[in-house]
Amino acid sequence: MKLFKYISLLLVAAVASCSTDSEDLKPVNETEGLLKIQTIENETHEAELYSESGGLQTGYNKMVLRLRNKSTREFVQDAEIEWNPMMHMETKQHSAPKSKVSKIPGTNTLFEGYIVFQMPENDTEFWHLSLNYSLDGKDYSMEDNISVPASKKRRIAVFQGTDDVKYILALVEPTNPKIATNNISAALFRMENMESFPVVNNYRILIDPRMPGMDNHSSPNNVPLIQSEAGELYKGKLNLTMSGYWKINLQVENPEGEVVKGEKVEGTTEASSIFFELEF
Amino acid sequence: MKKLAFILLLCPFFRNDLVAQEKEIDTTNYIPMKEIIVIGDKGAVSQKTVKSLATVDEYLDRSSKISMIKRGAYAWEPMINGMATERTVITIDGMRIFSACTDKMDPVTSYVEISNLSEASISSGQEGAEYGATIGGAVNMELHKTGFTESGWNIGLSSGLESNGEQKIAGAKLDYAEDSFFLNTDFMYRDAENYYAGGNQEVQYSRFTKYNFSAVSGLRLSEHQTLQGSLIFDKATDVGYPALPMDVSSAEAVITSLKYEHHKPLDYIDHWETKIYFNSIEHIMDDSQRPDVPIRMDMPGWSDTYGFYSKINTSLKGHEIKVNLNSFYNKSLAEMTMFPNDPNEKEMFMFTWPDVRTFYTGIFMEDRIRLNDYLHLNLSGSLGSQTNRVESKPGLQSLRIFYPEMAEKNQRVLAAASSKLQLQKKHFSYTLGIGYGERAPSVSEGYGFYLFNSFDGFDYIGKPRLSNERSVELNTSVGFTKKRWSIKASGSYFHINNYILGKPDAALSPMTIGANGVKVYEQLEYASLFNTHLSLDFLIDQHWNFNGKAIYNLGRDHNNENLPLVQPFTYYSALQFQKGFFSAEAAVEGALKQSDFSEEFGENETPAYAVVNLSASQILYLNQQKMTIKVGAENLFDTYYSTFSDWNNIPRRGRNLFVNLNYVVF
Repeated sequence: MKLFKYISLLLVAAVASCSTDSEDLKPVNETEGLLKIQTIENETHEAELYSESGGLQTGYNKMVLRLRNKSTREFVQDAEIEWNPMMHMETKQHSAPKSKVSKIPGTNTLFEGYIVFQMPENDTEFWHLSLNYSLDGKDYSMEDNISVPASKKRRIAVFQGTDDVKYILALVEPTNPKIATNNISAALFRMENMESFPVVNNYRILIDPRMPGMDNHSSPNNVPLIQSEAGELYKGKLNLTMSGYWKINLQVENPEGEVVKGEKVEGTTEASSIFFELEF
Repeated sequence: MKKLAFILLLCPFFRNDLVAQEKEIDTTNYIPMKEIIVIGDKGAVSQKTVKSLATVDEYLDRSSKISMIKRGAYAWEPMINGMATERTVITIDGMRIFSACTDKMDPVTSYVEISNLSEASISSGQEGAEYGATIGGAVNMELHKTGFTESGWNIGLSSGLESNGEQKIAGAKLDYAEDSFFLNTDFMYRDAENYYAGGNQEVQYSRFTKYNFSAVSGLRLSEHQTLQGSLIFDKATDVGYPALPMDVSSAEAVITSLKYEHHKPLDYIDHWETKIYFNSIEHIMDDSQRPDVPIRMDMPGWSDTYGFYSKINTSLKGHEIKVNLNSFYNKSLAEMTMFPNDPNEKEMFMFTWPDVRTFYTGIFMEDRIRLNDYLHLNLSGSLGSQTNRVESKPGLQSLRIFYPEMAEKNQRVLAAASSKLQLQKKHFSYTLGIGYGERAPSVSEGYGFYLFNSFDGFDYIGKPRLSNERSVELNTSVGFTKKRWSIKASGSYFHINNYILGKPDAALSPMTIGANGVKVYEQLEYASLFNTHLSLDFLIDQHWNFNGKAIYNLGRDHNNENLPLVQPFTYYSALQFQKGFFSAEAAVEGALKQSDFSEEFGENETPAYAVVNLSASQILYLNQQKMTIKVGAENLFDTYYSTFSDWNNIPRRGRNLFVNLNYVVF
């Protein structure tokens, strides 16, 4: 009996020590794995912009954002945020396809969304980002220039379809392509006016991956990109038989099955007029 | 030329043992099933061998069961009964070894040298199933060993020169043997430049250099127990393959084993032998020697094999029983890296063999039954299990591009059985055999990824879910032997179900620049192969001999279309003279035109040819030291020709003069 008591005591002690250990929580670094692009500020708040690479480039850009109160140094946990990118060209200005900014579920301070930059900055033309947000019933705004250089490989196709609609098609995945069957996804928008770029629904995007350096070698069993429901990304399967430089030739097909842009690679047609590029 | 060939052919033939010695297994009327080719310059046979320092490939090529696929001057690929690597089993002292090259540039036979070997025994069809599942047959190359004799020290040197290709050969051996210990070591070096085809046409990229070292040692543990270890190290460098778009900068093999033998371990067991072995091959294929290629590439390959066998032999009242339990584990990995012409682009990489692990375990049993003085019955059977697993995850993912549902692992059972009846009465002997065998697809057939075949110009893709290939085989032979005459005719027929062959898939896009398309390994309903062989020997008088042989094979698929690489009517005949320490030989070999060829495989009609070879040999004794000198001329009339098995019709060697010297120091 004495022994039993002794063992019980030991067990209790052990359990207690374990539980105190596990309750000793470290503060969670919610931006781990992300790199800061830049900070935008106004008099009351500063907004930190993050991405996986720490930069922006032409094409689809997923961004993470958090707001900090400058006086309390506390991060904002709840806010209504809107963003608006604007390209300042020499003669005109236009916006870009973008998502809403929404809180990342399961985090305390992070918000996310994407912006599709159709064109890169240059010496005289630049992108500008404004953020409008409301906190506790009060509206605020801040803005700054942002840097959007051209991507190394082509990740976006901006084109006028046979239906005279101006489309923007951006590659989302794969971000880390492999010699395998890759998930490929893309976002398709049309340009309604300089400010508005709604998602195009119920189209189909045909892909034909090719290696121009290898006599236009192609891979089999690729699956065209379709939406699972309206408003979603287009998703398909992309097969890459080896590493290296690949050109993903594209054809965009409307719900009637008519190709609005892009050519089939066959005969003397070595590439489509619209394509993405991957190199790994 | 042709006339001479015919005269020689029609003349009575005589003893064939100049090219292939049939070994006496016992003194009864038992007919040995295996053809034995004695290799190198060892023992009494040496004098009869035309060119003692010939390559292993040239020795094997002399067998009527074997033909060699030639992609250059080096590393020919043996076919047994017209069937190449994937349908045959080639072993070295019972050890399984697997080539590391996806383009078949390194058959197992390329990793040994004549100085290592004493003989090669060739088994046709299911008679060769002892060391693994086969369809066409097997070759077991036996390492040279003096064994536990009282022969003491033995040192020999050999050297050779060949005019065509400037091949230089140098070899040395050092043997020591006593009753309880022996050590045999040897070294051989060959170096050849490009050879010239008939008409003095240089065959580019046909050079090679090869070094080979081997050591075998034995220790007697007790009167009945011995332990033997062996090591072969082989390295070939700068090997050119004129028939292929790439060469080999280095092919290296380490082959080791440890064997335990026990005589009469039990009353009813005569002999028990167990061996464990390991071999490792690294094969570096590249195109750095080629000035003009569409794209630079490296294609290294690796193959490691671990294995063992344990076998017992016993004799019981007219039964000779053998049981062999064997197993191996092989790892085959090959990759390709291409360097883009645009220096800003990244290298292109793929797994061509995705680290395939093959694990085989099987048991083989054989019973030779002596029914009466004239009649013997041979029964054999084997059962094995083979597992293939793709170890490389990227490799598996790349194959899943073609086969999304493909499993990582594939298991199969391989069974074989054969029986052979042998009747020997007076001057006649007859054999009649039937066999059944299965084989698993090879690594390339199952898992190859864009392997370019330069013969048909297609990239090949493996298919992981191929069924076993199943062969039913019939064979027969009739022989007649009289004092000075010997004649033998034999034939075999293979009906192979699920015959594996690459078939074009027009929907797939080739990877290799300039390729004709992509073939995927598929299975034909069946294919049949028919092999015939006739040999005649005649002893004219005590000095003069005549022998000859003729071979004709036929191979058709289920649509009666020709199979690739099928031997047309081929003949060989020789007239020999021997007196004292001198011998000489004149031989003619040739073939009729290959009219049954496979267009789909890129073959065309190979014209008829005949070449004449002359040789002479003299043994000299200098201060009790024996020296053998052999000189000869091959392709005397410098004929330009290629055979059915010359890859892409590359021409064979033109006139070649050779000198071989063997010198026994003591």
